[in-house]
Amino acid sequence: MEDKITIENLNLYYSDFHALHDVNMHIQKNEITAFIGPSGCGKSTLLRCLNRMNDLVEGCRIEGSVKLDGTDIYGGDLDVTVLRQRVGMVFQRPNPFPMSVYDNVAYGPKIHGVTDKQELDEIVETSLKQAAIWDDLKDRLNKSALGLSGGQQQRLCIARALAVKPEVLLMDEPTSALDPISTSKIEELALQLKKDYTIVIVTHNMQQAVRISDKTGFFLLGDLVEFGETDQLFSMPKDERTERYITGRFG
Amino acid sequence: MSRAKKKDRFMTGVFYAIGWIMLAFLLYLTFTIIFDGIKGFSPDFLGAAGNGIFNQFFNTIYLVFLSLLVSVPIGIGAGVYLAEYAKEGKFLSMVEVSIESLSSLPSIVIGLFGYLVFIMWTGMSWNIVAGALTISILSIPLITTETNNAIRSLPIEYKEGSLGLGATKSETIRKVLIPAAMPQILTGVIMAAGRGFGEAAALLYTSGQSTYVNWHNFWKITSPTSPLNPFRSGETLSLHIWVMRTEGALNPKATEIANFTSAVLVILALLFTLVTRRISDKMRKRNNGGK
Repeated sequence: MEDKITIENLNLYYSDFHALHDVNMHIQKNEITAFIGPSGCGKSTLLRCLNRMNDLVEGCRIEGSVKLDGTDIYGGDLDVTVLRQRVGMVFQRPNPFPMSVYDNVAYGPKIHGVTDKQELDEIVETSLKQAAIWDDLKDRLNKSALGLSGGQQQRLCIARALAVKPEVLLMDEPTSALDPISTSKIEELALQLKKDYTIVIVTHNMQQAVRISDKTGFFLLGDLVEFGETDQLFSMPKDERTERYITGRFG
Repeated sequence: MSRAKKKDRFMTGVFYAIGWIMLAFLLYLTFTIIFDGIKGFSPDFLGAAGNGIFNQFFNTIYLVFLSLLVSVPIGIGAGVYLAEYAKEGKFLSMVEVSIESLSSLPSIVIGLFGYLVFIMWTGMSWNIVAGALTISILSIPLITTETNNAIRSLPIEYKEGSLGLGATKSETIRKVLIPAAMPQILTGVIMAAGRGFGEAAALLYTSGQSTYVNWHNFWKITSPTSPLNPFRSGETLSLHIWVMRTEGALNPKATEIANFTSAVLVILALLFTLVTRRISDKMRKRNNGGK
């Protein structure tokens, strides 16, 4: 298996606060990698390093390297807009733009230079189908996306992310604001999408990590405590702290 | 009934009373102005000569249009700068306070400033552009403040969502943030136009108190008597009211003309507000899906 993303000796500081300590991780292609750990452990922070969303945070400083297909994304060889097109993101709270369903999905392709109406139509349809929401939405493409239910909004956001043809999909607790039925739909979707994409998901729900991920990383206070096959990590954790966390003794 | 409940009822009553008194006062004012305007009406008021106020009506719309042409782009640009580009801190809050107080400066002061800069320094005589620019000094802060507030109140998720798709900051601002903030920005535009409709003191020495136009020259924009020539002097409705009550008072019909002018001005401003409101509501509905 080849590395899609390689994280080497990554340290991250928010001004004086040392938020991530010497993280090393190999994220493989066409796998789902889950980040788990208690609140404030650094799992979302690490996820946001992978598409440089932390650039928006003032006073954030990064040491070490994050490589996408071998190219250091902080090295200056990769434009941040290209990086974010290749590494898409789905957020904790569904965040469709206040515009129509169609315009939401077409937004990314338009930004990246697609102007042909027919081509846009095709991208919108394919993306919505990939996100398994085409049948729900095909008759309301021109309606505002804010009128949809939370679960529909989140799948629309996934479609929007897929529309720019990314290679990696980052999901930051994508189901934490959703009901159980919508959650299982998103999980099924993630399992289907892994055939074509590399997925990294942050979750506070350990069952979710067990259900869908191939590899799991457990974080605690800015350290990557343990990283390995999901089955192995949950059945025979190597580190005592991991064991205590997954058996519910803290967290 | 408990004490707290009684107090609650009493206070609710007080607030209702205040609300109704304000509404009654507003309606009384509006209807008196319109009624008095119609009472003294005579058909020659509608013409473009003699007692007619058609020229002033046209000047008002033209001046408001020109001032919005200047103040909308500058106001939105400045608001976006404050919300998205300026560094947070003491300096920024100082700038914000200065901008807010700029719009509440006495308008005669702004008028004399406009006279100095747009008339004296340019060596031109009174003209509509000078008036529109002077009004813009008062209205740019309104649009700036409204835009700044509108963009700041948008959820951060819009910005993250757009940047996360690989959009640049300027694409995010132009294609997501400004459209999302537009319904509220339009409130600022309504207030800005209101300054243009209502202002008299700021126009006294800038756009002038007289109008010499020849409607046959309408499209000959460079002709000094073309209504479309922005560098001719042009008296607006509100200024006309003032003139009719001062030097124009010799006219035996001065009172009726002033009353009718007031009525027209009130209706014009009201119509503009209603139409813009409608556009803003439509936009909000389209953005939010009827929620």
